[in-house]
Amino acid sequence: MIENHRKRPNFRQLFEKLWLKLVGSLKNSVPQIVAILAAFLIGAIVLLATGYSPLEAYGAMLTGAFGDIYGIGQTLTQATPILFTALAFLLSFKCGLFNLGAEGQLIVGGFFAAVVGISFSGMPFFIHLPLALLAGAFGGALLGFIPAVLKAKLGAHEVITTMMLSYVALYVTSYFVNYPLKAPGWVSQTIPVAPSAELPRLLPVTQLSGAFVVSIVAAAATVYLLERTTIGYEIRAMGLNPAAAENAGINTKRGLILAFVISGAIAGIGGAGEILGVHRRFIDGFSPGYGWDGLAVALIGGLNPLGSIVAAILFGAIRSGGITMNVSTGVPLDIINILQALVVLFVAAPKLIGYIRKKGGFKWLTSRT
Amino acid sequence: MGTAIRMVSITKSFSGTLANDRVDFDVEEGEVHSLLGENGAGKTVLMSILYGMYKPDEGQIFIKGKEVKIDSPAKAISLGIGMVHQHFMLVPSLTVAENIILGREPIKNKFWLDTSKAAEETRALSKKYGLEVDPTAVINTLPVGVQQRVEILKALFRGAEILILDEPTSVLTPQEVEGLFKAIATLKQQRKSVIFISHKLKEVCAISDRITVLRKGKVVGTVERAAIEIEKLAKMLVGREIPSVLKENIVAKGRVVLRAEGLKAFNDRKILSLKSIDFEVHESEILGIAGVEGNGQSELIEVLMGLRKIEDGRILLHGKPIENASVHERIEKGFSVIPEDRQKTGLILDFSVAENLILGRHDKPPFAEKWFGLNLEKESELADELIQEYSIQTPNKETSVRHLSGGTQQRVVVAREFSRQPKLIIASQPTRGLDIGATEYVHRKLIEMRDKGCGILLLSADLDEILALSDRIGVIYEGKILAMKERSQTNELEIGLLMTGATND
Repeated sequence: MIENHRKRPNFRQLFEKLWLKLVGSLKNSVPQIVAILAAFLIGAIVLLATGYSPLEAYGAMLTGAFGDIYGIGQTLTQATPILFTALAFLLSFKCGLFNLGAEGQLIVGGFFAAVVGISFSGMPFFIHLPLALLAGAFGGALLGFIPAVLKAKLGAHEVITTMMLSYVALYVTSYFVNYPLKAPGWVSQTIPVAPSAELPRLLPVTQLSGAFVVSIVAAAATVYLLERTTIGYEIRAMGLNPAAAENAGINTKRGLILAFVISGAIAGIGGAGEILGVHRRFIDGFSPGYGWDGLAVALIGGLNPLGSIVAAILFGAIRSGGITMNVSTGVPLDIINILQALVVLFVAAPKLIGYIRKKGGFKWLTSRT
Repeated sequence: MGTAIRMVSITKSFSGTLANDRVDFDVEEGEVHSLLGENGAGKTVLMSILYGMYKPDEGQIFIKGKEVKIDSPAKAISLGIGMVHQHFMLVPSLTVAENIILGREPIKNKFWLDTSKAAEETRALSKKYGLEVDPTAVINTLPVGVQQRVEILKALFRGAEILILDEPTSVLTPQEVEGLFKAIATLKQQRKSVIFISHKLKEVCAISDRITVLRKGKVVGTVERAAIEIEKLAKMLVGREIPSVLKENIVAKGRVVLRAEGLKAFNDRKILSLKSIDFEVHESEILGIAGVEGNGQSELIEVLMGLRKIEDGRILLHGKPIENASVHERIEKGFSVIPEDRQKTGLILDFSVAENLILGRHDKPPFAEKWFGLNLEKESELADELIQEYSIQTPNKETSVRHLSGGTQQRVVVAREFSRQPKLIIASQPTRGLDIGATEYVHRKLIEMRDKGCGILLLSADLDEILALSDRIGVIYEGKILAMKERSQTNELEIGLLMTGATND
């Protein structure tokens, strides 16, 4: 009882803080919005130059992404794994680390989840499903643990090791689904997971699954971890000033390993969600680069979990709307890659934007807020 | 005697705060004119305007009666203004001559650097102004005092008629300060003008012809040195009387808190920079370690805090060895530290005041809860308490420490470290860069902690500070404690000499 009494105002405080953060991040997201608009503007020029109507193409993209329930479902489906990898990247970044291995962690997480999903049958879903998700988290964490230990013990730079390990993850899982775990038939994939391990679909016809809900929970959990726990406090302290953190008695080696393991686990759950919710089996190369998109999404989202949700939905919309655009207007799918690349380019050029801002270029946009 | 420089009604503001408010300042030819003021009084801003690094919002600058617009340091140099910055701008791996000619290299056969001519010119220049340097010596092998001479020569080589010296004595030993003052006197004889920026009254009185006191961006007054007493000047400087007696009550020292025995440690460049350090700190005692910077002080602190491995020796806290304990364990056992660089190692600048105040105890109750929870209410309670108790001048506890002044930042460090009931305080350069008011505050707090029974190890390059606070004084030189003296049985001269490595026996 006493415990409850003490907790209640805490939640209100948390909500207020969240609200303030949301308003604050909206104010801070002016450069991102400008970057996105600029990307679409240049995309329009590319479309014009190649003989398509930008209005028609973007219109098709918009209706494809948000025009009906099916479109929204597909947009959110596409956004889900990217949100996980974005959270994984931003968590490591808050600790001053670059986890560029979300791709591999996602794949291994998916693989572990599939193995657990296939191995047991007749288990009640409320045990089997969480177990499979946990297995995914464990797989991702395992792959995050390796570069963390290499860095803590030997000083190996994580940018290299995480990237390399992603390829190891890709090819090792590829071996398994091509040989020992290959399902009968031509496709490199496993047999389906048991129904008790499946994440339920949320909308009829679409692939939108419970994984989306899990991803939103993960974003909230990331905020909570960073703001309301001692682990998060230490992670932020290390990211902002490692020397001061060490001086204050924070065990920075343990901290960096922990940050990497949590980061890997988040990406791993992302992979598990994709396997258990969308494909229902492990398919070789099921990730078209979600890990890399996650990096871009985290940056566009201003390296905060709530911003990442918005940015992930934007990327999901470009992907799902792009398919409609391709079908109805004949614009090649490559324009999607161009658009994504442009968004990243503009966001990743904050110096340029900072410069424009210094010259007073955004005053008309920000002065009223 | 003509006027070399006249600055009229200079005004400069930074995002709403007036750094210079209608400041008038002039320098005669062949005059040493000091700019005296606490940190943040606007001295450096005014000189940065003169040196073309900032553009004034309003005001005019006249050089030899002609109005000029100085929009870059290059323009300032061409007008005969030279500046020696607080942090030297020398290339450490080049020789003295190479540094001096940098940017105006004598060329032979179109492409080749004429090194012999460079050395020759350096030698001539050094002779003319009585600033002795070896043109072929490599900068990073030279003591700080000599490096400063090189900076001055560099400015003179570029034709400086007016030299701005920004806090030139802050890095020097008392003997080196004397050398600098001699050099300034020589420059004066050669009809050069010198603007001497400092917040140290004694030095300013020793060297100046005229003194301009700045406070909060405004000129308090310009006075002839000969016509004013030092006490009056001090009052102008801080705007009120300063209490001079700090150590009223002498407390009997107690048991040994910390004992260091034969400490040896390497620095980052794998050079043995602590060669054998022995000392004891007692309860209710301030042990001052005097020394010119770079004689092993930083390594000593790191070793004591557990941030640097020792090669040999023992560290005992209340008689128990702790040399293998982690930083965390040492803090738990009662260590507190004021690091030498509060911004780099003392604070997390982008954390709020409240977040900084729990740093180091965030993982203990009541801040830490079950399941790694962080109790934000307790955090803010502590912040409210400490902000009041230590009068931390902050808009609120959510403000980033980055936005606070240097003195307030140090108050945050002091509040955090002193409020956790330490048994031992290691204070390294605790008042560096602080103004008189903040310095006095930190000193008072240190004395207060000593009187409460704390053992305090004070490392400082500021000899006045060591002399004012310490009960015993050790002198560190090249990684060794050269001597250990009772405060009552030593004086400034003796310690100053020891700091240069001279032993009288």
